[in-house]
Amino acid sequence: MVTIEINGQELKAKAGAMLIEVTDEAGINIPRFCYHKKLSISASCRQCLVEVKNAPKPLPACATPVMEGMKVFTRSPLALAAQKGTMEFLLINHPLDCPICDQGGECELQDVAVSCGSDVSRFVEGKRVVPAKNIGPLIATEMTRCIHCTRCIRFGEEIAGIREMGATGRGEHMVIGTYVEKSIDSELSGNIIDLCPVGALTSKPFRFQARAWELTQVEGVAPHDSVGSNLHLHLRGNKVMRVAPKDNESINECWISDRDRFSYQGLYSDDRLTVPKIKQNGEWQDVAWEVALDMAAAGLQEIGEGEQIASLVSPSSTLEELYLAQKVTRGLGSNNIDCRLRQGDFRLDGAEPAFSWLGLQITEIEDLNAALLVGSNTRKEQPILAHNLRKAAVSGAKVHFINPLQLELNYAASQQVTTPAGMVQSLAAVAKALGATGEGAAAKAIDKVVADDDAKAIASAMKDADNAAVMLGNIAAAHPDYSILCVLASAVANASGATLGFLAEAANSVGARLAGALPHLLPGAKAATEKGLDVMKLQKLPRKGYLLLGAEPGYDFWDAGLTQSALESADLVVALNTHTSPALEAAADILLPIAAFAETSGTYVNTAGEWQSFRGAVKPLGEARPAWKVLRVLGNLLDQKDCEYTSSEQVRDELASLCEGVVPDNSIGKAESADLQSAVDGLIRIGDVPLYALDSLVRRASALQQTKDAAPAAICINAEEAKKAGLADCDSAVVTQDGREATLPVSIDANIPDGCVRISAGLAGTETLGAQFGEVTLEKA
Amino acid sequence: MNALTNYFKSLFLLELFRGLSVTGRYLFKRKFTVMYPEEKAPVSPRFRGLHAQRRYPNGEERCIACKLCEATCPALAITIEAEPRDDGSRRTTRYDIDLFKCIFCGYCQESCPVDAIVETRLYEYHFENREDSLMTKAKLLAMGDKYESQIAADLDAQAKHR
Repeated sequence: MVTIEINGQELKAKAGAMLIEVTDEAGINIPRFCYHKKLSISASCRQCLVEVKNAPKPLPACATPVMEGMKVFTRSPLALAAQKGTMEFLLINHPLDCPICDQGGECELQDVAVSCGSDVSRFVEGKRVVPAKNIGPLIATEMTRCIHCTRCIRFGEEIAGIREMGATGRGEHMVIGTYVEKSIDSELSGNIIDLCPVGALTSKPFRFQARAWELTQVEGVAPHDSVGSNLHLHLRGNKVMRVAPKDNESINECWISDRDRFSYQGLYSDDRLTVPKIKQNGEWQDVAWEVALDMAAAGLQEIGEGEQIASLVSPSSTLEELYLAQKVTRGLGSNNIDCRLRQGDFRLDGAEPAFSWLGLQITEIEDLNAALLVGSNTRKEQPILAHNLRKAAVSGAKVHFINPLQLELNYAASQQVTTPAGMVQSLAAVAKALGATGEGAAAKAIDKVVADDDAKAIASAMKDADNAAVMLGNIAAAHPDYSILCVLASAVANASGATLGFLAEAANSVGARLAGALPHLLPGAKAATEKGLDVMKLQKLPRKGYLLLGAEPGYDFWDAGLTQSALESADLVVALNTHTSPALEAAADILLPIAAFAETSGTYVNTAGEWQSFRGAVKPLGEARPAWKVLRVLGNLLDQKDCEYTSSEQVRDELASLCEGVVPDNSIGKAESADLQSAVDGLIRIGDVPLYALDSLVRRASALQQTKDAAPAAICINAEEAKKAGLADCDSAVVTQDGREATLPVSIDANIPDGCVRISAGLAGTETLGAQFGEVTLEKA
Repeated sequence: MNALTNYFKSLFLLELFRGLSVTGRYLFKRKFTVMYPEEKAPVSPRFRGLHAQRRYPNGEERCIACKLCEATCPALAITIEAEPRDDGSRRTTRYDIDLFKCIFCGYCQESCPVDAIVETRLYEYHFENREDSLMTKAKLLAMGDKYESQIAADLDAQAKHR
């Protein structure tokens, strides 16, 4: 610690810290453009010049380390003159187009120009003009306004991990842009909108829509991944106009993914459900809430037998919704409620951890020395966690992946790319190399393999690391042998002293366990005495009545085709949803419009087990109502007791009291069956869920749907397999899975291993196909 | 004594004649009644009457939807919605001034960076329906087109005072 004096005020500071960090801490304002707390120091804008006693010239506060006894003046005549001079230079080439600039009103340059600048310009020469570039559907550019702070360039190199932007030319001819005409494709790219201190990079969907001073800021929590990034929702009237990050060092720092930033567009898509509808003689009719709810309650009561009723709920629902959904379902005498819509293997039920989680805090990921990720495309599944993982890798952690497809990573990592059945063997080989024996299914799997060099390398890296983690991702959760992967991962973790973690898929996958929205768990993650059927059995043995909450048939289920046929054969399907779709209309009998993200209050439990509550920011569109209210009224109409809630907080507090003392725990029991369901003779489908196909809202966010990551459904196959299947030179092919067909374009992709064909789920064109991972046959169209 | 003075004052109607003398003086002074509507009072070039939106000589509307007038309006009479036009420029899709709310302070004209919204010298208007009190973008532009020469002359006249 050193003692310095700033403007006569004595401050303690860490030796080696930069002046600006100390002043920021102390709340002393120094103007700056290029300095950002999360980026490296470039000291290129010179706006933060301050006077330091005994220094011959003003010094930039962002690049001057503090020294014992240093005397600094941030508002002395010399400092102010230096800041004013810099401002004048910056404004030489900055256009005076604030009235048409989207940054106007929230512009750092505007603020600093007012506080430190001169009142008139002495510059009469012509200004520099730089043509705007098209860098994709998310970010609008106006490069004439750029002041060369290079924050966007440093963000790309240091945070996003892809050098997408750079500077060409020098001096006045310096231009920021992509070297060649291309779009910015990083999943974190939207953050450069916040970083840009001027209006050079602004949000394209928000372009010219509103002014900063018209917007009200409300806090929210991101609904699209299990990180629970903190958000600021910017509203105008009753409309969400844009979304920005809210700083939370323990979760998302100051970043959010593009998915969280731009998904709000889905709120205002044309197929938003705004009135309750009932199907009469095959025709949809708009009705009043009372009519629709009475019909739903009467229909559910008519079914009579509880076990004939099943609730399939989306894990993106809030804790309150999930809790009330299970209450209503269990009140009807049924334990058939499940939220694991994208899971295909339930052989571990009962032995799986009740309150599974990440295994560590989000901030602890960057301290890992080794990580083994099984079935995870972290960058596209949980972008903020991937950013933390990248930080670990950049500082030397050894990261290994076992996946059914080669990933494009933004750091050095080893990848084992193999078929789904091969994944099990690879993981078993690592376990064997670690000397683990396992029990039950794990023992059988480990027995069958020999530890090869790759496995030994992973094993030694995991064993040697002080902080190591084995993590199971979304692809693993959808794997047909998820139970075996789980027990093997547990064996690897135990043998290497690593932490076992689950990268939960949806915003409330972890919360759903606490809410009791699983057939074998009661609220508080307590084991149920009477177990219901899991989501697969509920579809394979069709029920008479289904209650869908936020789940869209065709897109949100592991086996889309099976879901559709199960729902269509049911007597009554009551769907609470935010949006409608042809598949939903074909399956449902009663459609109840519910409030979407930002419209409802609620709570999410993120993958690190943190409860985050939020309030509704805007009124639900049309006649839509928050789902917790709909479920409460449904409970009342069904004459269920203790269903008299007046606020979502009341529901949350009731659940919180049931969850007292419940701690996350990832210990896994024994799996019995070691049969490989992923071992097939022919081609196996890799049905991962793409970044922008995750839920109803994202699928309708128009800007996100124009990005490179939102490619339409295709048959991705490597050249060799394509030749074998006779598809080497054709544009489209017919996929057959479980007797259902779809015609899709063929795309040759070297990232897909032999024996596999990647047909992503959740995309238009795949709603008729079967399991996310299942045998498929290809035929020339 | 006082009572006697008052008696003679009221007897000879002195106060009445003093009052009538004022009437008599004005009877022979120059008349200043303006015979509206045949005659009209002179109007200052800075008069703040009914609003108009101007165009550039090439026909392009001046307004760029910066919303400064909306922000500065003390009566919250202005409502603007904007979006990019097909050519990518920033334009209003809705520009309404509620004349029932407007207090004709002229702040909108003061704040406009492109001299798009102006208050003309026109003060003779009426509404027959409530909704007519809303000056929409189309009405404002029509006003601007109709009185452009007068508006330009007025702005010129007051330019040196701004």
